[in-house]
Amino acid sequence: MSDTSLRLVWVYPDLLSTYGDQGNALVVERRAQQRGLAVQREDIRSDQPIPTSGDIYLIGGGEDRPQRLAAERLVRDGGLNRAVDNGAIIFSVCAGYQILGREFVNDLGETSQGLGLLDVTSTRGEADRCVGDVLGDIDERLNLPQLTGFENHQGITHLGPTARPLARVRLGRGNGTGDGTEGAWNDTVFGTYMHGPVLARNPQIADLLVKLALDVNALPPTDDRWYEALREERITAATQPA
Amino acid sequence: MAGNTEPLSPRSRLAVTAGRAAAAVSRAAGRGSGSVIGGKVALRLDPDLLARVAQHLDVVLVSATNGKTTTTRLIAEALRANGGVVSNALGANMPAGITSALAGGAEEQYGVIEVDEKYLAGVARDVTPKAIALLNLSRDQLDRAGETRMLAERWREGLQGQKAVIIANADDPLVVWAASSSPNVVWVAAGQEWKDDAWSCPSCGGVMQRPDDDWFCAECGFRRPTPSWALSGDHVLDPHGSAWPISLQLPGRANKANAATSAAVAAAFGVAPQVALERMGSVTAVAGRYDVVQYAGRDIRLLLAKNPAGWLETFSLIDAPPAPVLLSVNARGADGTDTSWLWDVDYSRLAGHPICVIGDRKLDLAVRLEVAGVDFQVCNDADDAVRRCPPGRIEAIANYTAFQDLRRVVGN
Repeated sequence: MSDTSLRLVWVYPDLLSTYGDQGNALVVERRAQQRGLAVQREDIRSDQPIPTSGDIYLIGGGEDRPQRLAAERLVRDGGLNRAVDNGAIIFSVCAGYQILGREFVNDLGETSQGLGLLDVTSTRGEADRCVGDVLGDIDERLNLPQLTGFENHQGITHLGPTARPLARVRLGRGNGTGDGTEGAWNDTVFGTYMHGPVLARNPQIADLLVKLALDVNALPPTDDRWYEALREERITAATQPA
Repeated sequence: MAGNTEPLSPRSRLAVTAGRAAAAVSRAAGRGSGSVIGGKVALRLDPDLLARVAQHLDVVLVSATNGKTTTTRLIAEALRANGGVVSNALGANMPAGITSALAGGAEEQYGVIEVDEKYLAGVARDVTPKAIALLNLSRDQLDRAGETRMLAERWREGLQGQKAVIIANADDPLVVWAASSSPNVVWVAAGQEWKDDAWSCPSCGGVMQRPDDDWFCAECGFRRPTPSWALSGDHVLDPHGSAWPISLQLPGRANKANAATSAAVAAAFGVAPQVALERMGSVTAVAGRYDVVQYAGRDIRLLLAKNPAGWLETFSLIDAPPAPVLLSVNARGADGTDTSWLWDVDYSRLAGHPICVIGDRKLDLAVRLEVAGVDFQVCNDADDAVRRCPPGRIEAIANYTAFQDLRRVVGN
């Protein structure tokens, strides 16, 4: 697949790149390059139009006001919705995850319109912030190993009938609904509350995004020993009391 | 102005004495210098104690995400040209630690106080400062500190109507927004490498335009103020246009920026830039930072970097390749327990350096460096890492508790 290229779009780093989630873009870029793919990465600021012909779009977490501004600009732009219509894969984290839903409660306490790309709605929890390591079992249809990540949010995200939970948490709060769900996905759009960044902690999710984008079933193997060592350490740390 | 103009009340004296007793117990128990526990005991007995121990002092407060301990030290050195100084030089920068430090300054003229970003408004209300120096604001320990822009907002609210002269960095939009609510601001063009927390206008949310060293919001007109002081290469430019050479022993652009701000603060207290800058040149290390320690036949330079902006400034001051670099990262309470911020640091800038990795979270660093495409070795501990480096200078960069661990191992 050496003549294959991958167009990777990192959405709104000026507003939604506060919690290290640009690591997700770095991990996808690196792992695609290791498979011999020519990766074209574009960082699109919120005063630029979203390209509609990307293969994978990544969106990160941000603070509450930037989240509201990002949602306004993405709704006005419309490019992400067109990209999904064109078959793009979208992977979103925290504030970005909420924006992909139908609506969320913003920093002013009002309801912001989302992009409607995931069948979820988000509100703000009254309880303490969810902060800490998370361990979960990913939806078995995705055939992936355990989910490890770090959550830091106050959101509560309810899933509608066409969104499936990305994982069931063993430790941590995930969607905050109390039913043990974490994140959401449909065929091409993914959302999670996990930082870490989540694709550095779960490189096989990064590979899944690449496989979906290229419509292939397998990728050449990579040397994942440091990823595996980190996963083992974090999973052990999460399951052992401090 | 030296000495107490008004003696402490019996209650305050009792509080200071009780605080000292608690500090002595804490020291005896081997639990640190005891300044924080001492201050806590004293403040509980007399909540107004901070205001009282500061009332005879000409106080300057220093706050920022990065550089506050060093800048506090530089200002203290400069003001000693004019009189005695009491300072929380060890970085105990919350109200209890500040109270404890000031309680030892009954005979001094100046109080030079480092303040944690989250406590600035309250401390500024209590101690009636003459000057407040604001250096920078950027993301730091987001799992416990909250949002960066909210901090700027709390500064802005806290500084409204403040009578002190505010000496603030014109190159940090968040600092400018926080400071511009006060009537009396001296702007210093101190520069700032890290820009990723201020792409969104703090006033209206518009996208910031940042051509070269300038910045402005095209939507609401919020823009960089005209500075009266500036860092220009190795010189400080004062409001009269005179250029004064900086001859620090401390390394790096960020410390030159700290010196420029310190010179502006010193001038507000009547110390001339030339005198202030000469005195700053005597500072060699600040609470172990920048110290060069001999260990196992190597010269280890100890560099503290706690957050992405700090790592960025640190990368720009280390020796060029092939100087070996030792990296150590922990994620204990005082560090913030989330390591995601490592991915906001551009580690590809270390390409060409031999890199040794240690610390509680060395595996997070390993994955980060593997994705950055640079070579590295994961080592057992500091001793192992040092011995894998060739004799000569090693640049050791560590975050907060990792830095303390490293100091213990190499005997600093």
